[in-house]
Amino acid sequence: MADSKQLYQEVILDHNRKPRNWGVLPDATHKAEGHNPLCGDHLTLTLKLRDEAVDAINFQGESCAICKASASMMTMAVKGRSRDGAERLFQEFRDLATGKLDAASPHHLGRLTVFAGVSDLPTRVKCAILPWHTLHAALNSVASTTTEADEDPMHAPIGGSA
Amino acid sequence: MNAPQTGLKHAPAGGLDVERIRADFPILRLKVNGKPLVFLDNAASSQMPQPVLDRWNRYQMTQHSNIHRAVHFLSETATAEYEGARKKLAAFINAKEEREVIFTTGTTDAINLVAHGYGRKFVGPGDEIVLTTLEHHSNIVPWQMVVEEKGARIRVVPVNDRGELIFEEYLKLLGPRTRLVGVGHVSNALGTINPIREMIVAAHGKGIPVLVDGAQAAPHMKLDMQALDCDFYAFSGHKMFGPTGIGVLYGKAGWLEKMQPYKGGGDMILSVTFEKTIYNVIPGKFEAGTPPIAAAITLGAAADYITGVGMERIHAHETDLLDYATDRVNRLPGVRIIGTAEKKAAVISFVVDGVHPHDVGTLLNEEGVAVRTGHHCAQPVMTRFGIPATSRASFAFYNTHAEVDALVAGIRKVQKAFG
Repeated sequence: MADSKQLYQEVILDHNRKPRNWGVLPDATHKAEGHNPLCGDHLTLTLKLRDEAVDAINFQGESCAICKASASMMTMAVKGRSRDGAERLFQEFRDLATGKLDAASPHHLGRLTVFAGVSDLPTRVKCAILPWHTLHAALNSVASTTTEADEDPMHAPIGGSA
Repeated sequence: MNAPQTGLKHAPAGGLDVERIRADFPILRLKVNGKPLVFLDNAASSQMPQPVLDRWNRYQMTQHSNIHRAVHFLSETATAEYEGARKKLAAFINAKEEREVIFTTGTTDAINLVAHGYGRKFVGPGDEIVLTTLEHHSNIVPWQMVVEEKGARIRVVPVNDRGELIFEEYLKLLGPRTRLVGVGHVSNALGTINPIREMIVAAHGKGIPVLVDGAQAAPHMKLDMQALDCDFYAFSGHKMFGPTGIGVLYGKAGWLEKMQPYKGGGDMILSVTFEKTIYNVIPGKFEAGTPPIAAAITLGAAADYITGVGMERIHAHETDLLDYATDRVNRLPGVRIIGTAEKKAAVISFVVDGVHPHDVGTLLNEEGVAVRTGHHCAQPVMTRFGIPATSRASFAFYNTHAEVDALVAGIRKVQKAFG
């Protein structure tokens, strides 16, 4: 069974109560909106890229605790990272949340592994992944994204790759 | 014919013997996360009692064949049982004639049948369909498809802050271009019981037919098509203690005969040549292909079960549960009930300050309590109340005061975790 007690750890509840890097950057170079129409999660992500690295990143929105904490911890994790580093972290986080992370191989997730529990809660995976999809969209200059439909790992075509 | 699977054994003098009824539902003995299952998601889908489950098995093990086809024993048995189920459902809703009961795959399918069979035939450019803010998406989207195709438009009856339709506004929307009124009998998101009888009278006064989405009413209140006088009434089997994949469209014979078929295929024809096909008479005209025979027969058993328990007793018990739950939830600081209509079915939609409904749902599940969280396929309702989603506890006659207490204790735990 899903172990949501493990998921709703103090670190996640704390980031939900006091989200870090909250707000909208006035001088952002990249921006994207993320939506989960099915649950109403919505966030705006703004970031400033300098020399192909994340110099500053903010988010703001309305969402569940899992989504908000994921966004908050994501902004901390990618700040200072190169664009490629941020994208690599996105892939690793997606693998973590969908239970596909190879524990044996090295990764860069650090404290983000507190979200491992969502892989046991299929309906909540998209809550955790939405901020990362939004980051990916912002870095690739896509105005808005959603974790529904083909972007949603739960709706991936049968036989499709992860 | 077979002896009824249930009878008066569930109907002691006076109130409902809930413990005895619960013993009929094997799934209610489940434990979830080590806790007894508290199933409060009945508006999404209800559970099946043993006599209904047995009916399914008996059909599959001793009666299964295709219907309306062959002359052999099993086919004749299956046909008789399938048509027997139609008769039971016609009696359950007090339809004037059995042929007014069309088996569909569910409420959504039934509404789509009307949208196609009536809407695409009788709605034209500039015409209007009147719906309400409370509608489930399944009574919105099929009509959007019709009006888009026909150049017609949808008008929407607003609701007040309690989640009740504003009747004067409804009356204003009924005009010379109105081709149909579509209204839910009971709101799935808020539990509001709409004044459909009065709405039907007003619409008929202007010659406008009315479709009622009865998905949330069929398991909870006595239905009487002749007294109601609606033109169409749709409901689902799996919300009334039957299986998924079966539902009913009731339609007045006069309309059904005028409507075009929804699906083409076997069983809906009288004769086929490559030049011309003559459609079957109703109800066959609307039941193309092999129908969900087992599900239809099992739904007949579910109707018998409900009748055996007694709709008056069910209503009394559920009213008591609603009053008790409303009182208990209202006592929780920081919890707000959305939908406080004077006439309500046993549904409590609520929001917890500072906690998203999905977090509420996941943490309640930890306590074994199953509620639905989200927009309940009624986004216009959420928009009206300025919220993205709610948590919803919806009750059936097998729920108890102790289960309401478990819900309330669970909400307290959620508040503590997020406090």
